[in-house]
Amino acid sequence: MAKFKGYVEVDTDRCKGCDLCVVACPTDVLELEPREVNDRGYHYVYMKNEDDCIGCANCGYVCPDGCLTIYKVKVG
Amino acid sequence: MDKNQIIRPENLVHAKPELMNNNHMHYCPGCSHGVVHKLVAEVIKELGLQEKTIGIAPVGCAVFAYNYIDIDWQEAAHGRAPALATAVKRLLPDKMVFTYQGDGDLAAIGTAETIHAANRGEDIAIIFINNGIYGMTGGQMAPTTLKNMKTSTSPEGRNTQTMGNPLKILDLLALLDGVCLATRVSVHSAAAVKKTKRMIRLAFENSLAGKGTSIVEVVSTCNAGWKMTPAAANDWMVENMFPVYPIGDLKNI
Repeated sequence: MAKFKGYVEVDTDRCKGCDLCVVACPTDVLELEPREVNDRGYHYVYMKNEDDCIGCANCGYVCPDGCLTIYKVKVG
Repeated sequence: MDKNQIIRPENLVHAKPELMNNNHMHYCPGCSHGVVHKLVAEVIKELGLQEKTIGIAPVGCAVFAYNYIDIDWQEAAHGRAPALATAVKRLLPDKMVFTYQGDGDLAAIGTAETIHAANRGEDIAIIFINNGIYGMTGGQMAPTTLKNMKTSTSPEGRNTQTMGNPLKILDLLALLDGVCLATRVSVHSAAAVKKTKRMIRLAFENSLAGKGTSIVEVVSTCNAGWKMTPAAANDWMVENMFPVYPIGDLKNI
């Protein structure tokens, strides 16, 4: 089976830390920043395990604020 | 693999829709409105209707919808979006006209306008966000509020003896001859979002083709009004809203 690698770019200023992308991720890649906040005081999301991302874009589909940009490449 | 090898334009699979501007949305974190706004913007772009679309914004949480999607908009009085859409579509029949309404707007104060517009078979698309509560004004009971559901105006839970039953307005609308599409969808998972996008696209195509009124009901969450986290609100919706408002097509011709 082909393997894919992905990367999620986060618009941290737009993110409201709603946690929906974290729940939607099948490979447990995302996490809300435990300490840092953005200008509006939200704990924005970041990639905890970059290596596990498969670029499925589930996080992007459920994001209400359109702050995630997802890239995907085929490897092997 | 280095992230710079992955972040390239040819590898892009998902991004903020082009028609959605950079204004910060006023919705609460995790609100379903944002997802539906994204889908509307994506569908209009895919159909190439940016210059041909007129949206009718409601009163309710989505009252500022015109701030977020770069198309032509009109702002209707509370509940009167289908009446305004009727006028716009009749005066400019080559435009694609859609309304974007919540349950307080469409199923309470605007019931008459909605039912008569659908009965006349106006060639408009109606996107109906049903979260079972008046979100904007502080979580009051709406006609669509579930039995025994607690809101700020039914703190003991909705008593159907004195407060009536949940209004399944989509079921009423599906009975009308002017309606060509009546479907109920949701946006709680990636698969549901893709399905919803297909139905919104179909509704917009129906409007252009002059087939009649299309209604897409999006069963949604109001996590702030329901006093839950966004993820818990999605689970609550699946458990409690879906039995009363089952997902699926009621009419699709």
